[in-house]
Amino acid sequence: MLAEFPWLTLVIWLPIIGGIAVIVSGDKAAELTKWVALTVSVLTFFASLPLWLNFDASNPAMQFVQRSDWIPTLDIEYYLGVDGISMPLILLTTFITIFVVIAGWDVITYKPSHYMGAFLIMEGIMVGVFSALDAILFYFFWEAMLIPMFIIIGVWGGPNRVYATIKFFLYTFFGSVFMLVALIYMYFQADSFSILDFHTLQIGMGAQILIFIAFLLAFAVKVPMFPVHTWLPDAHVEAPTGGSVILAAIMLKIGGYGFLRFSLPITPDASAYLDGLIIALSLIAVVYIGLVALVQKDMKKLIAYSSIAHMGFVTLGFFIVFTIVRQTGSDDGAVMGISGGMVQMISHGFISGALFLCVGVLYDRMHSREIADYGGVIHTMPWFGAFVVFFAMANAGLPGTSGFVGEFMVILATFRADFWYAFLAATTLILAAAFTLWMVKRVIFGEVGNDRVAKLRDLNPREFLNLGVLAAVVLAVGIWPKPLVDVMEPTIENLVEQIQVSKLPVPNAPVAGIQP
Amino acid sequence: MPFQTEDLFTLLPELVVLVTACVVLVVDLYLREDQKQTNHTLTVLGLLITLGAIGLVGGSDVTTAFGGTYIRDPMSDLLKGAVVLVTLLTFVYSSNYMRERNLWVGEYHVLILFALLGMLIMISANGFLTLYLGLELLALCLYALVAFDRDSKGGAEAAMKYFVLGALGSGMLLYGISMLYGATGGFDFPGIAEVVGREGADNKILVFGLVFVIIGIAFKFGAVPFHMWAPDVYQGAPMPVVLFLSSAPKVAAFAMAARVLIDALAGLQADWSEILIILSVLSMGVGNVVAIAQSNIKRMLAYSTISHVGFIFLGLLAGNADGYSAAMFYAVVYALMSAGAFGVLVMISQKGLEAENLDDLKGLGERDPWLAAMMAILMFSMAGVPPMVGFIAKLLVLEAVVDLGLVWLAIVAVVFSIVGAFYYLRVVKMIYFDKPEVTTPIVMSGSARLAISANGLAVLLVGMFPAALLSLCEAAFVG
Repeated sequence: MLAEFPWLTLVIWLPIIGGIAVIVSGDKAAELTKWVALTVSVLTFFASLPLWLNFDASNPAMQFVQRSDWIPTLDIEYYLGVDGISMPLILLTTFITIFVVIAGWDVITYKPSHYMGAFLIMEGIMVGVFSALDAILFYFFWEAMLIPMFIIIGVWGGPNRVYATIKFFLYTFFGSVFMLVALIYMYFQADSFSILDFHTLQIGMGAQILIFIAFLLAFAVKVPMFPVHTWLPDAHVEAPTGGSVILAAIMLKIGGYGFLRFSLPITPDASAYLDGLIIALSLIAVVYIGLVALVQKDMKKLIAYSSIAHMGFVTLGFFIVFTIVRQTGSDDGAVMGISGGMVQMISHGFISGALFLCVGVLYDRMHSREIADYGGVIHTMPWFGAFVVFFAMANAGLPGTSGFVGEFMVILATFRADFWYAFLAATTLILAAAFTLWMVKRVIFGEVGNDRVAKLRDLNPREFLNLGVLAAVVLAVGIWPKPLVDVMEPTIENLVEQIQVSKLPVPNAPVAGIQP
Repeated sequence: MPFQTEDLFTLLPELVVLVTACVVLVVDLYLREDQKQTNHTLTVLGLLITLGAIGLVGGSDVTTAFGGTYIRDPMSDLLKGAVVLVTLLTFVYSSNYMRERNLWVGEYHVLILFALLGMLIMISANGFLTLYLGLELLALCLYALVAFDRDSKGGAEAAMKYFVLGALGSGMLLYGISMLYGATGGFDFPGIAEVVGREGADNKILVFGLVFVIIGIAFKFGAVPFHMWAPDVYQGAPMPVVLFLSSAPKVAAFAMAARVLIDALAGLQADWSEILIILSVLSMGVGNVVAIAQSNIKRMLAYSTISHVGFIFLGLLAGNADGYSAAMFYAVVYALMSAGAFGVLVMISQKGLEAENLDDLKGLGERDPWLAAMMAILMFSMAGVPPMVGFIAKLLVLEAVVDLGLVWLAIVAVVFSIVGAFYYLRVVKMIYFDKPEVTTPIVMSGSARLAISANGLAVLLVGMFPAALLSLCEAAFVG
């Protein structure tokens, strides 16, 4: 019975309707509105828990499926469902949103109800992206996501917010419209907008490459991959804390999710053909962006670049699979690569979210994100210092934290493909350690930098709760990642099998170049 | 052919509009200055009855009247409904504005009502004579309306320009019609279609006639390269007139294009499709790119109209039922969005202040959050961002184009819509991210507020649940 209840619809529309209610109620009773917003976000999280508890991990097919007509004349359906890839991401979304609401509690003084409402609407839309199985429904949510984020950065952002938010919007809009054309094209091939029907579609190589590029434009901007990453540092720096958290923790994951849901299964031949390009771009992201992060003077910018480098790992893990299968002929390494990418996405969601919350804590007190304005924060904020050091270690991939698991899996998998890929990828462990720990050294340790730092007050209970819970999760996933990996494994195994079957019009042929 | 009384029943909506116009014309003479509101009440009442009449006469069948010169079909029902609705919105939105500027006189109502009558005739025309009759009735009223504020130099100039270029456009159209008449020996669309179907592109006179007719249509739509009148007319005319001018006549122009190209010249589809491709790419390109450079919001929206016309042509050029219904959906939706966007501008234009420039929108989010939200919805919709209806409209025309195998054309269209997104976003930026320069609250009547809310929410809700409107559009082109 529990599995039949339309949980996905509830998790999508509860926060959207709640968010609209919060916005409409306005700021006359600000305190009450905030509590309503918090309640909605917590209820949404609880509503998303059955997706996990009732999830049949051994089944790679879509679960909690809901399917009904939406625009019958165009064959567009309201078609939802989750598998082992999307379910963890949905839980990540509903989980992180709670902290975003709490983090904005006393800090946002300008129209707090609109702020909270926008994030709640955003939450519903993002869950919609992860659960949509109809291509147009997916695109609907995918684009709709831009509107609240555009407003959030533009209204509550920093001094250069207008530039950042318009850049953000146009970059992502630019990427996604080509995907729309590709989706329409495939509709006429498959005679259906169902993504699962796209998965079984036979497409010629030329068309596959074009479709792959259209998807790449959409997802690469979102991830973001080098060289279309430049919107992210701007957006992060100008966005309010909550906006940065959502951007880093969830929105970037939507790009990675897109690769798994669209690019790999729909265009496996083109993916295999062009995987070198993606691997090269990923490695550039890991190494070059890692170096760029090293020289940042702004804490948020540093974490933004660190996100790009870490997401490079994700795309590396996803696209290394073809080389692994080519080299070893077995699926195990490929499954490990994709699982590693997924674990990295989830873990990065927690860690980067936590790091942005940490920067937010400092920014609320000193209104500066410049590394040079700080120094010796640990003397006045010992608890905060401890948390920052912990999350920094996790960001650098310290064993025992979730950051280690994903990176380790991806590097292990990459080793099976090519030593030098793995070597380059592994430099991230050094680079990430260098840029994060160097920042920690300059901000947290050392002598007290100036009078303002000397007057800082340590975490209040609200902030302590936020960071504490996230730290616990990071530790838990780091020590015992098995539940997470187990949930994803059958789906990923299925995916790896699927991408080895050529989609070229000759039936059942192996993917070009993968034949052992 | 004998006159039949039943024919008048088919004409019921037009008759109601005509009677309303005449009544307002006469009643206005006996009204004192402070009673002018009666005009408004009578007009609104008349338009509501017209809507009822359209519903009463309408149905899924096709009826012709007056010896086949007049036609009523599902397409005309829907388009007439849209036109009357937009006209109704025009009156509701403009009441405060016109009253504050002492323009709230009977002639304003009468001219718009006659323009409406012209559009209704265009929509139902089943022959070139009827079509031209409706077109000129519409055009003459619009010329007068543009110069309605007689103390405004800009208005007079714009009206003059509009008149000269409009007459040129009409001349081209007439020239084309005369060629088609010469080649086919008739004015009625079915008769022409028969000859065209038989002779096709082999008859060069037909093709020449087609080119001139399309130029005439493009003039009325304001498609590039026949768009020069649009920005100047929009800039010079009073805001409520622009509101009317930019929305309802586009629907009528769509009807004209559909009747002429589909009903009469379907046999030349290969030829007119190619012409429409050029017009459409140019319109999307010039419209979207030039709009970026505008600081006057009326001019900006004029170029935005031009780019939307390009999208309507995209649907038309597909040459099949899916494409036509996509174009029709787009035209109706565009009229709704345009009416809403100008409606917001009309309301922001308070006494002594014209919301002419983008800067006048600054801080609207603070001054009137609800109005700001409606404007934001309309702008996102014009940019084609889901969940607004503008996205569905774009999706439909893109589908029609991809279905033809013209993927490159779809890519051109989406690239220009990215360009277009920028200037719509800029409006949203002004509304929400900038501080207001004027802090006086915005005064508007309750009915205007209700209407703009309905308009904005319709754009949102039809976007989320487009199935009903879509099936109406599809029904218009079945069979």
